[in-house]
Amino acid sequence: MTDTTSRVVLVTGGNRGIGLATAKRFQAAGHRVAITARSGEADDSDGLTIVRCDVTDSASVDAAVGEIEETLGAVEVLVSNAGITRDGLVLRMGDDDFTDVLDANLTGGFRVAKRVAKGMMRARWGRMVFVSSVVGLGGQAGQANYAASKAGLIGLARSLAKEFASRNITANVVAPGPIETDMLAALTDDQREAMLAMVPAGRLGAADEIAAAIAFLSSDDAGYITGTVLPVDGGLSMG
Amino acid sequence: MSDNFERFKKCAVDVLSVDEGQIVPEATFESLDADSLDLVELVMALEEEFDVNVEEEELEGVTTIQGAFALVESKL
Repeated sequence: MTDTTSRVVLVTGGNRGIGLATAKRFQAAGHRVAITARSGEADDSDGLTIVRCDVTDSASVDAAVGEIEETLGAVEVLVSNAGITRDGLVLRMGDDDFTDVLDANLTGGFRVAKRVAKGMMRARWGRMVFVSSVVGLGGQAGQANYAASKAGLIGLARSLAKEFASRNITANVVAPGPIETDMLAALTDDQREAMLAMVPAGRLGAADEIAAAIAFLSSDDAGYITGTVLPVDGGLSMG
Repeated sequence: MSDNFERFKKCAVDVLSVDEGQIVPEATFESLDADSLDLVELVMALEEEFDVNVEEEELEGVTTIQGAFALVESKL
């Protein structure tokens, strides 16, 4: 990043995978970074402020952001990344499996964005980046709940982009393809190979490659980019 | 002016980033360069300050400081 300002950054679900890679990248660039996790613990949290937060609970979100405001200051950059999966074919998917995933991945993003928006409005500056997924664009058998939640984030981000544009607050979406994380490690070898066969780049992405896109969209340089969806997927979602 | 108006004024100055002297009853939000987001933010601040609850539809037609203050006072 070319930014020289040290910003307060909040990464939800920042305790591992893409979230942690993103937090570390912001940290390396000199920003003050808080991460939230349901457990309140992280894989490798050196120098990061860790806050316990359940994004399905507005009171928990309020308390967590309040704690960050006290220790680091008002949140200037939000990376909304917290998410869960509960895969299954639609015919075998319970209503709870669907609504729980929506509640965490989509409504969770709404809750956190709403909570931090006030501070951004006051500062007349803010960046929100929502971590969606390539399956939110193309759908995925066995992931109707997850794909719906990730598609929903696009509508959420674009509405936020319009509501807050006049306050110099941008809202964008990054849509990762298959990335080397725990979430993907859960796939069988066959599923993995089938997925790779569809990626023009012929390889999995690294979490830090997503972090780089998020960092750009959060920078001062990206101030005129809002409401966009940036796939980072080795070409998987083209056409 | 009443204490309540002083409290109202403080919220308005804070949220709208205007001078105290601009917060007079006849001032319109338009003249204060306040848009719909500012108005929502002001209402949220007033709800907190006066411990009242203002519904979205009650804001319709509220275009002046006097109008907003009267709305809040009617709930006290």
